[in-house]
Amino acid sequence: MLKTFPKGGVHPGENKFSAGKPIETIELPKQVYIPVAQHLGAPAEPVVAKGDVVKTGQLIAKSTGFVSANIHSSVSGKVLKIDKILDTSGYKQTCIVIDVEGDEWLETIDRSAEIINNTDISAEEIRAKVAGNGIVGLGGATFPTHVKLSVPAGKTCKYLIINAVECEPYLTADHQLMMEKGEEILIGCKLIQKAVGAEKVIVGIENNKPDAIKHMTELSKKFEHIEVNALKVKYPQGGEKQLIKSITNREVPSGALPIEVGCVVQNVGTAFAVYEAVIKNKPLFERVVTVTGKSVKKPSNILSRIGTPINMLIEAAGGMPEDTGKIVSGGPMMGKAVSSDKIPVTKGTSGVLIFPEQIAERAETYNCIRCGRCVGVCPMGLEPYLIKNMAAVKMYEELQAERALDCMECGSCVYVCPAGVPLLDYIRLGKANLNKILRAKKS
Amino acid sequence: MEIILNTLISLSLLGVVLAVILYFVAQKFKVVEDPRIDEVEACLPGANCGGCGYPGCRGFAEACVKAETLDGMFCPAGGNEAMKNVANALGQTATEKEPQIAVIRCNGTPEKRKKTTKYDGPVSCAVSSALYGGDTDCQYGCLGLGDCVAACTFDAIHMDEESGLPIVDEDKCTACGACVKACPKSIIELRNKGKKSRRIYVSCINKDKGADAKRACDAACIGCGKCAKVCAYDAITIENFLAYIDFEKCKLCRKCVAECPTGAILELNFPPRKEAVVEKASETTEIEK
Repeated sequence: MLKTFPKGGVHPGENKFSAGKPIETIELPKQVYIPVAQHLGAPAEPVVAKGDVVKTGQLIAKSTGFVSANIHSSVSGKVLKIDKILDTSGYKQTCIVIDVEGDEWLETIDRSAEIINNTDISAEEIRAKVAGNGIVGLGGATFPTHVKLSVPAGKTCKYLIINAVECEPYLTADHQLMMEKGEEILIGCKLIQKAVGAEKVIVGIENNKPDAIKHMTELSKKFEHIEVNALKVKYPQGGEKQLIKSITNREVPSGALPIEVGCVVQNVGTAFAVYEAVIKNKPLFERVVTVTGKSVKKPSNILSRIGTPINMLIEAAGGMPEDTGKIVSGGPMMGKAVSSDKIPVTKGTSGVLIFPEQIAERAETYNCIRCGRCVGVCPMGLEPYLIKNMAAVKMYEELQAERALDCMECGSCVYVCPAGVPLLDYIRLGKANLNKILRAKKS
Repeated sequence: MEIILNTLISLSLLGVVLAVILYFVAQKFKVVEDPRIDEVEACLPGANCGGCGYPGCRGFAEACVKAETLDGMFCPAGGNEAMKNVANALGQTATEKEPQIAVIRCNGTPEKRKKTTKYDGPVSCAVSSALYGGDTDCQYGCLGLGDCVAACTFDAIHMDEESGLPIVDEDKCTACGACVKACPKSIIELRNKGKKSRRIYVSCINKDKGADAKRACDAACIGCGKCAKVCAYDAITIENFLAYIDFEKCKLCRKCVAECPTGAILELNFPPRKEAVVEKASETTEIEK
């Protein structure tokens, strides 16, 4: 019996077309657009000006608080301008535009492929290197990693859980990373374990990746206190709270962080980035992006520099299919449709999905028929139909009482709704407004 | 017979006893309310629109009675007349306020502002603007999904099917500000109604650089500053590549309207201009000379 979480969940078609495709690099773009707000928290402050010459890996925007992250140049070249450019948010945001000239890396970055298993580094140093190199959670939420690695006083961490579930359909970036960089990932896990002082590391992998489970189990034998767990294939198995429940059977209380129950969860991609940052001194300026879709000629896993326009990735994957109806940044369940094919890859871009017209359109909306399927599949045990209605009529106190803020926007409710009700659109709006009210009350 | 008589007597007695008790209870827990609140409330339109900033007309009436002066208290729906009645009822003087009206600061009709994406989500500006900048290249402009129409309690704002933009009904709009609050893009502004309802305003809020704004919409303000230069009353300011006309300073001379290269400045309810034609004619003759 595979481990899983008890409440709700769905199982959408997996469609992992790009599984097993080796990670490839593509030629550098002529220009990169690097947004200064690629992470959760305060946007970074640019430290370069128009005309400055930068090297690959050079700091170009500085973190502006504890919950913020440094941004580094992903290419070498000249800063053309700092301007407002359309990004994944759907709005024009401050971006640093760099004209690419050659590819000259900072000398401090170790570019050799040699795997160095050195965990003899102090926790402070690991945290400092992670913060300095601008590492953020690569699962999609882009929460600054050094914040998660700083366990608050009075709390202890027992389990470090590595999220290698990749429960979103289509995406294969983490899967492929495990197959190619397994050992580096595990060294990264040991480093994070040291930083948070965890007793044990558990890597959770969904059971639809048997090769990765076998490979990682094999490799984990070389290390102490690392265990690989196979998990049932169920969305959202990779949700932080769901994963903790599945693996440790501990439940994170409403509104609390995983550290309350002695857990820290990190994405597998983040573990690799931590390895590169600490051992190789390499800032986070490239990531693996899955480019896929039903009509895409050559579904691929591409190691892309941050700031590359996504149309270059689509070109590399065989070009834009003619029947394209929608481009989604991220996974099909939680990702976001983008309004242009020129938006840049950011630290949080786990995938670029291209949907044909006939499946891109939303289903027609009918009235709610009170079937209760959204309640049945909600992994947080919420009542999405009720929260949606409350959000639509601005009943914010009631929304809070219904634990609307526990919603992680996994989209399971919308996926099963037979009436095509846009539940999540309204829930998200209600959450945003409620958060605004709560913040105003605090200050 | 006896049963009926007994029933009647006992029920009557019970009624009398309970009535006496209720009388004393009512005396004990009597709420003394200022009779003027009712008087003031009678002067108000009773629309409960919330435009005054208080919860409904009753709330506003209570606030008026409680307040020492009527400064800063204004009922936009009732206007100066209602405030005069309120002031009379309270024996105070009301400050007169220029009547206002809501204006839509976007002129991006489908011909001027091309659609670049297709939005098929819920019909709600709030939801759409939470997702992205909108289905055109202008991230400031009207989304045309009608949150303002739904917010209006006076039936004074409607979507125009052809232009996809809301139209304010001048006779019905009370300037309560409900649409201003409902618009997630802050396009709607309350401006002085003006003499004979004549108004001049910049019908655009695009803060992008001129070239970007023009690329997104032919009717965008590009921040060229021509209007500010021609204005003799210092009423026009340019900030973030966007002109704004101060309605307190504007003397409705209409010079800026003719000057605007994109037609972003609108004039409302003016008679068709004759002088402009004459002026232009004389200009051309001058050039010919």
